[in-house]
Amino acid sequence: MSMLRRLLGLLPVYVFLYLPIAVLITFAFNDSKYSVSWKGFTWKWFGKLLENTQLMDAAVNSLTVAVLSASAATVLGVLAAVALYRYRFQGKRLMQSALFVVMVSPDIVMGVALLVLFMTLGLKPGFLTLFLAHTTFCLPFVTVTVSSRLAGFDGHLLEAAQDLGAGEFRAFRHVLLPMLFPAVLAGWLLSFTLSMDDVIISFFVTGPEFDILPLRVYSMVRLGVKPDVNALSAIMFGLTVVIVFTSQLLLRRKR
Amino acid sequence: MRTTNLFKRLSIGGAALWLTIFAVLPFVLIAGTSFLTRDEGTFVSLRFSLQGYAGIADPVFVEVLRQSLYLASGATLLCLVVGYPFAYTLARWRGRGKAVLLLLVIIPFWTNSLLRTYALVFLLKGKGLVSAVLVWFGIVDQPVSLLYTELAVFIGLVYTLLPFMILPLYASLEKLDNSLLEAARDLGANRLQTFMRVTVPLTMPGIIAGSMMVFLPALGMFYIPDLLGGGKHVIAGNFIKDQFLTARDWPVGSAASVVLTLLMACLLLAYHASSRRVHRHGAQGFDGGKA
Repeated sequence: MSMLRRLLGLLPVYVFLYLPIAVLITFAFNDSKYSVSWKGFTWKWFGKLLENTQLMDAAVNSLTVAVLSASAATVLGVLAAVALYRYRFQGKRLMQSALFVVMVSPDIVMGVALLVLFMTLGLKPGFLTLFLAHTTFCLPFVTVTVSSRLAGFDGHLLEAAQDLGAGEFRAFRHVLLPMLFPAVLAGWLLSFTLSMDDVIISFFVTGPEFDILPLRVYSMVRLGVKPDVNALSAIMFGLTVVIVFTSQLLLRRKR
Repeated sequence: MRTTNLFKRLSIGGAALWLTIFAVLPFVLIAGTSFLTRDEGTFVSLRFSLQGYAGIADPVFVEVLRQSLYLASGATLLCLVVGYPFAYTLARWRGRGKAVLLLLVIIPFWTNSLLRTYALVFLLKGKGLVSAVLVWFGIVDQPVSLLYTELAVFIGLVYTLLPFMILPLYASLEKLDNSLLEAARDLGANRLQTFMRVTVPLTMPGIIAGSMMVFLPALGMFYIPDLLGGGKHVIAGNFIKDQFLTARDWPVGSAASVVLTLLMACLLLAYHASSRRVHRHGAQGFDGGKA
């Protein structure tokens, strides 16, 4: 009984969080251009997405950047987490602070700071600058995800491996990495999502020749409400749900 | 032995190098740019000046800052008022399905915020659902558009950032030791006293962390006032964006970014102070059972 009352207490927030998305997705299937009222079920807006070559190009670009920068961030982020866990070194505190600052700084500041960096280095805004920027803001999230799994790790296993003659790399490869794998995968998935979703930082570091999905969506949304934007939103939301669900499952799994 | 050192050096060096170039250097450059002179051709010329800071002392920026502080702190307060009871109930949830309830907060956290803003545009526009519901209940006679109002901007900020408040709050409420609440009650404190003098101080790090994660993005998310406020309500993010991309005045934009970064530093200090206080008290006073 009291549990039901508690659930009712939580309900308004869930309705607030999900109702707008639910309505948005419902109208992706509405057979009317002006979305005033329900005119029957249709798939046609999804079909229209496929015909929109500009949008498809942007989607391919976004996926490329997301896969590559999530992978780079995962490699660097895992190494950073392992280094912070295993070694004492000069500048360790500095590294921790830098990771933390990247994670909490407002996107707008990161965006302009990276813009100034790339202009100073003479890099043309486009694929490369996006890749570098996305890798940078994803890196701390991987480190945090992996570190939290390392925190519960039994250090004796590593000592045992080294007593048996394994070097640092082999101990990492055969003892740490298998144990960390779910967290590594979760870190990759979360980085992929972060990269696909970023608007503000990308806004500053990409150029007109390299269009990406969130920025394409931004300009579409600015022009007004259209059912094909709803269809696109439905797909992107579905993808997020699948990825977040998978990463949470991975993080929960105990060895 | 050589591979040993190689792995160690790579794992430390790789991340350190990357962070130095792409995290530390950009902030140094922004801080530097804020003290340079504007130049039409090359954006900035290497001459020291305080023009950037003079630019943000301009009444235009002061007004933007006032408005964005108002919007961001309003949104933070709203998120706290809605988020705290929610996180409290969720953290004390003793039944099944807690993982699912938590997951339902984590999903919006990771959902594209632009997409979520668009969902609101869809609901709030003149012929949207909210207007239809208001007409149906007879609250208004004709369809109204809530778009391009201050209310819409507030709704947009709270809607987008609420999960960022709930999750840190949940994390600190989850750690709250139940026996402390019982002790307070045994010592004669009523519910309000227990809440104000035990629960709130012990969850202060979560309150500050959550507020920080709402307040700072709220100053920067230029597309929310853009899409929901119709350009009438500008925040610091719009100002910085315009300085860099439209007005091409890098020193002024950089100076404004430096101000935002300093604001972030102050909040971080407050967070560290409060979490140290909680830990110290925890260690001295009530550690017995926990450690």
